[in-house]
Amino acid sequence: MEENKTIIEALIFASDNPLSADRVAEIIPDVKKDEINRLIRELMREYEERRGGLYIQEVAGGFQFRSRENLGSWINRMKGGKSLMLSPAAMETLAVVAYRQPVVKAEIDRVRGVDVSGSLRGLLEKKFVRIMGRKDVPGKPIIYGTTKKFLEVFNLKDLSELPTLRELKDLKNET
Amino acid sequence: MGYEIKLDIFEGPLDLLLYLIRKNEIDIYNIPIALITEQYLAHLDMMRSLNLDLAGEYLVLASTLLHIKSKMLLPVEEDEHDEDEPDPRDELVRQLLEYQQFKEAALKLETRPLLNRDVFKRGFIAETGADYDDQEMAVELNVFDLVEAFHKIISTVEKGDSLEIDVEKMSLTEKMNDIMERLTEKGDLTFAELLGVSGSKMMLLYTFLAILELMRQRMIRVYQGCSFGVIRVCLAVEA
Repeated sequence: MEENKTIIEALIFASDNPLSADRVAEIIPDVKKDEINRLIRELMREYEERRGGLYIQEVAGGFQFRSRENLGSWINRMKGGKSLMLSPAAMETLAVVAYRQPVVKAEIDRVRGVDVSGSLRGLLEKKFVRIMGRKDVPGKPIIYGTTKKFLEVFNLKDLSELPTLRELKDLKNET
Repeated sequence: MGYEIKLDIFEGPLDLLLYLIRKNEIDIYNIPIALITEQYLAHLDMMRSLNLDLAGEYLVLASTLLHIKSKMLLPVEEDEHDEDEPDPRDELVRQLLEYQQFKEAALKLETRPLLNRDVFKRGFIAETGADYDDQEMAVELNVFDLVEAFHKIISTVEKGDSLEIDVEKMSLTEKMNDIMERLTEKGDLTFAELLGVSGSKMMLLYTFLAILELMRQRMIRVYQGCSFGVIRVCLAVEA
């Protein structure tokens, strides 16, 4: 049993993308799903207790080794201080897509009050947003949604983990 | 310095309107339309005076504001005025609140521990050194950022020591060619390198204008690797 845990640890380490428990079950078929999940939780706890530079994050439907958040500045120093950044316009467009998906461009334009062609193209290129299909209305407009990469980069297990939008009533009270 | 440039960057007409509402500490459900319209139009004038391409959306909202204002000026007959009469501002308020919701959500998302910014995974291809073509990492700058950077540089030029006007003939085209030549030679240069801090104010201005013109013609691109980082200029098309 101990051995299965080390196999899973190695799999998570070697996987390019967040590794799901289902995928682990495919690779080591003679272990039950429940057992796999239990072993992953155990691994996560071990890394937590060790308080080292690494931990296992549950993200985008799987598990992934990551460096601890408080060490980010060191890694950025190693990489030359460049960091991933989206412009405020791109972030706003991404937020509308994330919360309103599946969504057509006209709707994003309307919410933001500007033409979002540019930022939408950028998000598609960066693979944060994908084309989900076409809406069955005249003109067959393209429907957009977010990608797995969006979940991975923004540290979300799934879309239900998106921070809740503030109620319009609350907005009123503060302004 | 004799002049001061202070411009907030807006993500669109709704953003500008929200800014004005916040600045004036106005209740969003009871917007004094006359005041806000006046300030909104004043901002548009300022943007226009800087020769910025005003996106059509700004004008659409301006006309919406004027339309609401005119509607509110119309007298409402006493007995006809009941609670069912919709406030002409309702639609705009709804739109503003909705936009504000997403603007906040965007800010909130950005504070999460982001991959490749705060946390890192194995196998992340470390990008070091001079790979500035990577658009994913570098932020493309707009005119506002450049104006601000220029302001910073020109404020370091000693005041008063070069009052003599040099009648050296300079042309914008010449300066532009000069910049293009230097960029072709070096690949990329920092904004400060291009301006050459030692030059006279006149020279600085010419160089700055040339950079703006080249940007407009999409001959060059201007990037910043990280906030407050060095601004880099490179050719738009690899020579």
